[in-house]
Amino acid sequence: MHLTRDEERILKGESGEGMQKALELLVAVGDALDAPRLIEVSRAHAASSGQEGDLYFVELLAKGGATCRVPTTTNPVYDMECFDKLFKIPRQESNVARRVKESYKQIGAMLSWCCTPYITENIPMYGENVSFSESSATPFVNSVIGARTNREAAQSALAAGVIGKTPEYGLYFEENRKGTMLVKVVAPLKDEFDYSLLGQYVGKQIGYGIPVFTGISKRPTTEDLINLCAMLNTSAAVSMFHIPRITVEAPSVKAAFGDNHPQDKITVTERELKQTQEELQTGSGKIDLVQFGCPHYTLKQVIEVARQLKGKKIHKDVAFWVCTSATAMFLAKRMGYADIIKKAGGHIVADTCIDMTCWNRFKDKTGMTDSPKCAYYRRFKDVIVARTSDCIKAAVEGEWK
Amino acid sequence: MEMKKEAKLKCHKIMGGYGEGEALVSKEPICFYLADPKTGRVREKGHQLEGKSIAGKVLVFSSGKASSVVQIDGLFKLASEKKAPQAMIVRDVETVLVVSAVIAKVPLVDKLEKDPFTVISTGDFVKVDANKGIVSIRKKT
Repeated sequence: MHLTRDEERILKGESGEGMQKALELLVAVGDALDAPRLIEVSRAHAASSGQEGDLYFVELLAKGGATCRVPTTTNPVYDMECFDKLFKIPRQESNVARRVKESYKQIGAMLSWCCTPYITENIPMYGENVSFSESSATPFVNSVIGARTNREAAQSALAAGVIGKTPEYGLYFEENRKGTMLVKVVAPLKDEFDYSLLGQYVGKQIGYGIPVFTGISKRPTTEDLINLCAMLNTSAAVSMFHIPRITVEAPSVKAAFGDNHPQDKITVTERELKQTQEELQTGSGKIDLVQFGCPHYTLKQVIEVARQLKGKKIHKDVAFWVCTSATAMFLAKRMGYADIIKKAGGHIVADTCIDMTCWNRFKDKTGMTDSPKCAYYRRFKDVIVARTSDCIKAAVEGEWK
Repeated sequence: MEMKKEAKLKCHKIMGGYGEGEALVSKEPICFYLADPKTGRVREKGHQLEGKSIAGKVLVFSSGKASSVVQIDGLFKLASEKKAPQAMIVRDVETVLVVSAVIAKVPLVDKLEKDPFTVISTGDFVKVDANKGIVSIRKKT
């Protein structure tokens, strides 16, 4: 990879060890993927996780004196105050989370602690070159917004935020943004849960590549697309997709494929979606926990939960949690919806991911969720995956019938 | 019995280093987070490698998968417990996998000059010299 004189100097350590380590990682990625050079990025999202691998790298950069040159948001860890009060987190575990949080602050990241910053405080525009890690974020930014990013890791995105550059390869080139696979959707997609199942199923079938979805006639909502993105990039490594006449770089099926000829065709009927849901289930009957917000619930989803819970009481044996962004949390409080959830006996929390040590007290329990991604990374034993309304019904009754 | 000859194939270095061991082949993508860091055993339900340990092996696989967050942490933890593969040969490389290998310091190569799934089977003895860009394969007898 060609480096400018400035970049050579950073690599020699003349701008400090933090910058040096950040650039070393970007050069390793660039060399591996045959990038000709580094290009500027205008923003980044680091999928910080509050886990050891994450801590190792952010501390390495922060202690080496690096700071973010472009706006760089952070993924959720957990709300330490909230969970410490409730569950008494072991000191050793909370120390990792605390150090991660301090290091991201020290490095000058925008402390969003949210996995969907692309709809809140870090919103790229069409055609922008950015560096976004996090499963739902990468495909959303590419497909729905039409900004350009590769499927970054937390560390390469953070390095890009620090240097303000990233290697030029993959999805930064127009010709690599075309469809590789045709997915014919015959099943009616009723709500965002069906989009989760669609993403889960198609991801499992293809593993890799850029699917082009046909047959989706009703315009998907933001939440539908967030879920589709999250699942395509959890059950597989899919960084981009097209829905002709809906997503921004696909005015037609022909345009979505460009010069590519689809390698394969997949048809998704109601049967596949139903089967996908069935395959996710490991439990039944009594439930101990309901978890929503993987990816983080939007304000609209928080409002919907509050609307369905209004005037009801969650069963005394069920812990009920909604994870959301700080922005949605602020507005949910202001609008009174957070209160409705609390009055029903539920919790709503910002800054928190479902895949954190703070949930370990549920490790032998049965949980219910509307998110196959939450089921995949679950911190509880058995799982029931169902539509949001079904989860709420079960939370009130204490069991899933 | 005649010793089988070692086949040498060129490859492309991603993360430098040298590793050798018994090959473990997975046509399915791999998420390192779903391997137990204490044993290296794959605990993903229904996975081709479910129940098998990747520790000390030369892992031959199609691609990485799963949330970018957990992939790196998974391999980092395996490496911290000395349960990571000795080296990895991948068919379709992507960024998250490169970063995982760099952070965990596990040798990684791609672009093997022949299809890795045709020339390598589980149980073959494989040497990966990432720095020189050479993979040597001795077939299981």
